[in-house]
Amino acid sequence: MSSTAEAAAAPATLSVPSARAWRGLPSLALAIVAVLVASSFAPTSGYILNMVMQAATYAIGVAGLVVVLGYCGQISLAQAAFFGLGAYGVGIGATDYGLPFLVALLIGVGVATGFGIALGLASLRLGGHYLAMVTISFQQIVTLVLTNWIGLTHGPDGIKSIPRPSFPGLHLDRGDHYLALCLVVLMVVTWYAWRLKTSRLGRAMQAVRDNEIAASTCGIDVFRTKVLAFGISALLGGLGGGLFAGAFAYISPDQFAFGESIVLLTMALLGGVQSPFGALLGTTLLVLLPEWLRFLKNIYLAVYGAAVILIMVFLPDGLWGLVTNRLRRATPIEGTVPPLPLLSQRASASGEPALEIAGLAKHFGGLKALDGVDLTVRRGAVHALIGPNGSGKTTFINVATGLYRPTAGRIRLAGQDLTAAAPHERTRRGLARTFQNIRVFRGMTVLENVMIGAERPGNDIAEQPAAVVGRALAALDFVGLRGDANRLVGTLSYGHQRYVEIARALAGNPHVLLLDEPAAGLNMTEKGELGALLRRLKGHGLTILIVDHDMNLVEQVADHITVLNFGRRIADGSPRDVLSDPDVIAAYLGEPRENALA
Amino acid sequence: MLELVPQLLFTGLGIGAIYALVALGFVLLIRAANVVNFAQGEFSMLGAYMMVVLLSILGLPYFVAIPLAVVGMAAFGILFAGATYWPLRHRGQLPVIISTIGASIFLSNIVLATYGPSPEVLPGLFDSPGLEIGGVFMDSQYLAIIVITALLVLLQFLIFEKTLLGKKLQATSQDKEMASLLGIPVAVMVLITFGYSAALGGIAGVLVAPILFVSVGMGALISLKAFAANIIGGFGNIPGAILGGLALGVVETFGAAFISVPYKDAIAFALLLLFLLIRPQGLFGEKISEKA
Repeated sequence: MSSTAEAAAAPATLSVPSARAWRGLPSLALAIVAVLVASSFAPTSGYILNMVMQAATYAIGVAGLVVVLGYCGQISLAQAAFFGLGAYGVGIGATDYGLPFLVALLIGVGVATGFGIALGLASLRLGGHYLAMVTISFQQIVTLVLTNWIGLTHGPDGIKSIPRPSFPGLHLDRGDHYLALCLVVLMVVTWYAWRLKTSRLGRAMQAVRDNEIAASTCGIDVFRTKVLAFGISALLGGLGGGLFAGAFAYISPDQFAFGESIVLLTMALLGGVQSPFGALLGTTLLVLLPEWLRFLKNIYLAVYGAAVILIMVFLPDGLWGLVTNRLRRATPIEGTVPPLPLLSQRASASGEPALEIAGLAKHFGGLKALDGVDLTVRRGAVHALIGPNGSGKTTFINVATGLYRPTAGRIRLAGQDLTAAAPHERTRRGLARTFQNIRVFRGMTVLENVMIGAERPGNDIAEQPAAVVGRALAALDFVGLRGDANRLVGTLSYGHQRYVEIARALAGNPHVLLLDEPAAGLNMTEKGELGALLRRLKGHGLTILIVDHDMNLVEQVADHITVLNFGRRIADGSPRDVLSDPDVIAAYLGEPRENALA
Repeated sequence: MLELVPQLLFTGLGIGAIYALVALGFVLLIRAANVVNFAQGEFSMLGAYMMVVLLSILGLPYFVAIPLAVVGMAAFGILFAGATYWPLRHRGQLPVIISTIGASIFLSNIVLATYGPSPEVLPGLFDSPGLEIGGVFMDSQYLAIIVITALLVLLQFLIFEKTLLGKKLQATSQDKEMASLLGIPVAVMVLITFGYSAALGGIAGVLVAPILFVSVGMGALISLKAFAANIIGGFGNIPGAILGGLALGVVETFGAAFISVPYKDAIAFALLLLFLLIRPQGLFGEKISEKA
């Protein structure tokens, strides 16, 4: 394939539904009209109205769980606390201080969001169950404060006679009108959460959920993404809670205790935590469930607990997931796309240093995994880093990409010092990598995986949704996986997942590509294909640092070879010189130098 | 107030020993199966209710009821593993965490539906109220808790370090794949750990029952304290869990005496948050990092 022919195929004629700014707005408008019409038939008070009101306000809070748990993979067991903060904001503000409802709501939502961001900040140092525990502690402390700070919260008695908002002409004090308001807010929140999933931030969240390390090397600021997820989740929790306070006019601390957090979590899981529609479904079912399970009487909550286990075992994606998984179609995406720009940068200033590493050392306790390694990758060159097992190759890549902090030494990319930069910072400056043990984003499609690469901060088209899709498809074209674009990446073979990783890196249009043992785990045919792919990349003048054991592959593509042994550089030069170097032969064959010479 | 210090220290160590026992069961599951069990405290609650049944309803003497309760809890632990851990063991940590939360709700509400919300009272282990040494009144129940906990920790040390079973359990917790290549039945080891962990929780429940009253709510509270003990001591660290539990008991008791009784439970959480944010690896833990 020639790059001029590909360039001639542009401009793109690609229809990208997920990139349209107004996507879903007509459905949202329709849903709102439907809701307004339907709620005009709602009773103005009574049991049914209360149930629907509860479902609507809970569902807003549950949508927050979809963001933090479903998208970002962070378990939060404090959603009821955020819900409660919103509710108490309205309760205290509108009742004790006589503030207008909206102002009180804003304060409640603001306080909830602030605490959500604070919890997110805790994720800087903690992940997984640690973070879950922080959220539980926070939940317990909120409950204790709501119960014991009687001067502010009225303690266990709760707050009574909370007013509803008053807008001239809307009569929101009427039950059916207030319900309509809650439902409209719910529709907007659901639409927002649905849009978020296919937005850049939403993809970043899902990447963090599926693989934090890979996300950081794709240029995603993992920490910032988690903080945002917690913040948005708490905001929605507070919003739901604030509306809840107006709906029921009475709140007390036990309505927002740990058990309620579990109820909200179960709603999200039952419906399907991957989608706000699932959350809506789960919330509706669980609010109605007490009706249907009335015959169970006092073992109702026990059944509830058992249901949580059964959902986890039999409905891992929730009810909504069950439906959408059935309907999922991996249709290829038609249309032409402009070629990868890296394919036309061949002549640009080749020969000057692209990646310079000097005196790099990494010690793990007493083990010197790297001990003063110098290496310079020149622009346009394919540079191979080889060495026996345990010689420090992977450590080298991990230090170079920022996953490990070096003990000593300097790393410069295109003249800029990156020694202290975070992994996503380095990616922003143009460093890309693949992993020896494949790290793809398993919950996402092939296309979404590669789009995350194309959205690398610093990439020319990162801010243009349609161009991102085009760039990702072009990268998939290059590795021959375009037909699989809409398949879940986990359904691909091992070799093809490796190509997805390479496409993800290429879509970011990197200045230097680091390949960590790309041939590992591939069979002979796949190795042959990989060799051909690397030769094509080399032909286009991409700067590559490749780490591998496979001498056949290295000999095919390398312009320059550096050899490591026991963390030290033992040879550096052209392939012919290096591969005939007696030290290198000795290191590989395990023979003393004299025998190798003989 | 100062003359209260030895007395508070004694009481704190007594309640801390309970936290330590539950935390120990908790940490063993983390190590053996990578399971963060949010229903750990329910083991204590069930153990205590089992004693209520055996003692008050069946009228058995203490020395018969305790072994029965411990064996019963061990069997229950294996059942528990079958329901919450086994079907989800290949799906990562999060689903198992959520299913143990479900189990905790299920267990506490089944018991609630059976015995109702009013707490049950268990008699103490001994008729004598206790003894006084150097101005410190040592309640016989607290003394029993401290002594039995010390003996259990010693017993566990001997089993883990001196027996083949102990070595197999250790091997399983360090590297499942390697252990199974060496012919260790990893699944059996994991189930044994669940049984042992539940038995430890059960013993803690039995010991604490005469002090706290037996109620449905005791499980959730003990779970959280045990988790806090783990974080304070260093997550996944066995001596850390024991010392963390003792430390938490002491700090909490002093806090209740000198600061505020209604916020007694908040002290544990505040301490937990403080450690999580400032020293997440705990007193004895090592820094955690993932290999790329």
